Amino acid sequence: MICERCKQQPASVHYTEVINNQKRQMYLCPGCAEEAQRAFDLGAPLNLHNLLAGLMGPGAAKELPEKETEFRCETCGLAGAAFGQSGLLGCGGCYQYFGERLEALLKRIHGSTRHTGKVPQRSRNKYLLIQEVDRLRAQMREAVENEEFERAAALRDAIRDLQQRLA
Amino acid sequence: MKNTLQSPYSQWMDDDAPETDVVISSRARLARSLAGYPFPHRLSPEQAEQVIQAAGLAVRHAEFRARFGDVELTRMTELSPVDRWILVEKHLVSPGFLKNTGKSFECKGLVLTPDERLSIMVNEEDHLRVQCLLPGLQLEAAAGTADEADSLLEKTLDFAFSDRIGYLTACPTNVGTGLRTSVMVHLPALVLLGQVKEALTTVSRLGLTVRGLFGEGTDVVGNLFQVSNQVTLGHREFEIIDNLASVTRQVIEQERSARQQLVRQMPVVLRDRVGRALGILKHAHTLGMEEAMRLISDVRLGVTAGLLKGPPSRVLLELMVITRPSYLVKTSGRELSPPEWDELRATLVRNLVNAHSGGDPEKRDGPEEGEEGGESP
Repeated sequence: MICERCKQQPASVHYTEVINNQKRQMYLCPGCAEEAQRAFDLGAPLNLHNLLAGLMGPGAAKELPEKETEFRCETCGLAGAAFGQSGLLGCGGCYQYFGERLEALLKRIHGSTRHTGKVPQRSRNKYLLIQEVDRLRAQMREAVENEEFERAAALRDAIRDLQQRLA
Repeated sequence: MKNTLQSPYSQWMDDDAPETDVVISSRARLARSLAGYPFPHRLSPEQAEQVIQAAGLAVRHAEFRARFGDVELTRMTELSPVDRWILVEKHLVSPGFLKNTGKSFECKGLVLTPDERLSIMVNEEDHLRVQCLLPGLQLEAAAGTADEADSLLEKTLDFAFSDRIGYLTACPTNVGTGLRTSVMVHLPALVLLGQVKEALTTVSRLGLTVRGLFGEGTDVVGNLFQVSNQVTLGHREFEIIDNLASVTRQVIEQERSARQQLVRQMPVVLRDRVGRALGILKHAHTLGMEEAMRLISDVRLGVTAGLLKGPPSRVLLELMVITRPSYLVKTSGRELSPPEWDELRATLVRNLVNAHSGGDPEKRDGPEEGEEGGESP
């Protein structure tokens, strides 16, 4: 059999590629097979976790290994580099410790960094207070823009009260 | 659990549900972590044991039982490898759940309700994965049931939750609601017309992903596709559900009109194709797995398009489980050589198809159980 690609060399490789669930099978000579392979070789196998690691931006494990190992979650000790490799966080605390960088990642994945769905019963009161603070803050900004300074000051005090209750 | 492993039938295969001509099943899954514990991949063996014990306690809670019945928690180590794979083939656990057969494997468990509608994987990627699987397009009901289970579990368990980003999960792609909803759709006509790629590309522009039969990283077989939401943070649960449901409705319309188009434009070709498929399933004495899946898909197309009097859809879904390797091994009770697999597969398929063709379509329990005399002891 002749290679289906260069149509010159004898084919000795059964080559299968799957793109967007479309499977294509060809008989290729070793040279063409290698070339075809290279076209798809993205280094590490592309999976969700590698992709996530890449999305963490310049913190990708390969580029800054030393700096990364310094950066660890205080609760579980997970290093940034380990997240880079597995794409999995170590514990709930990691979300806090990896804060800003993770926030950028969440924005990229979800287009948002703010939960608006279900709240467990035992967190509900606190959650409602936080929502209230956010709402008052927006009102305060609006008041400042409209130069309603008295109202803004009142709102500021209300926010301070709520924040004290939260702390 | 015993029944689950013996019978290839599951309730999610029922035809008596909305839109089953196109939508096979609807699934809602909530990812939950216990506060104060590292995520499963970083648990010590002692901690992993504590997590599974806590899950066991939570599902034995009186209120949970009052709602979901006599649930059992089965550790994966209590099951034979074949039985574990049967759970995957019935879509009750993910393929990834069976990996990592190290020390942590001893603390992986599955909670299953007697009707198989609700299942909870313990110590998967997250401590708990609460899943509800229903036949047809019933996303709201599935999500509602999972939500109820979650609220009942919450009475005993303290879930890791952040006021800003919601439920915390091992992978940032699940954080927020932790809700992944999906539908399994059968799109043979769109595939035949070469329109499936276009239809699904549109779907992926709407924040949804398309996957193969067994979820992430698996191939498409039997023209079955899984469509699910990608985003879990920043939207409310009902918005996520509504979005998937409305896109699914459009996919249903497209598939239906593709089926009509096929019937109109090439009635003979189509009848021939589905008729031949049924003929082979009825009479073949060896059947490869891929061939079987393809033929079952064709017959299902024929039956749902009204071209063929064949077995009802739920029997065809049962066939899809029967044709998979684990079920065959289970049925034969021993290791099989590839030709023996193909022969046994053909025998099981033949018996079940013949029992449901032309006969009483309401009769589900064909003579398949134990018929081969090889039901594992």
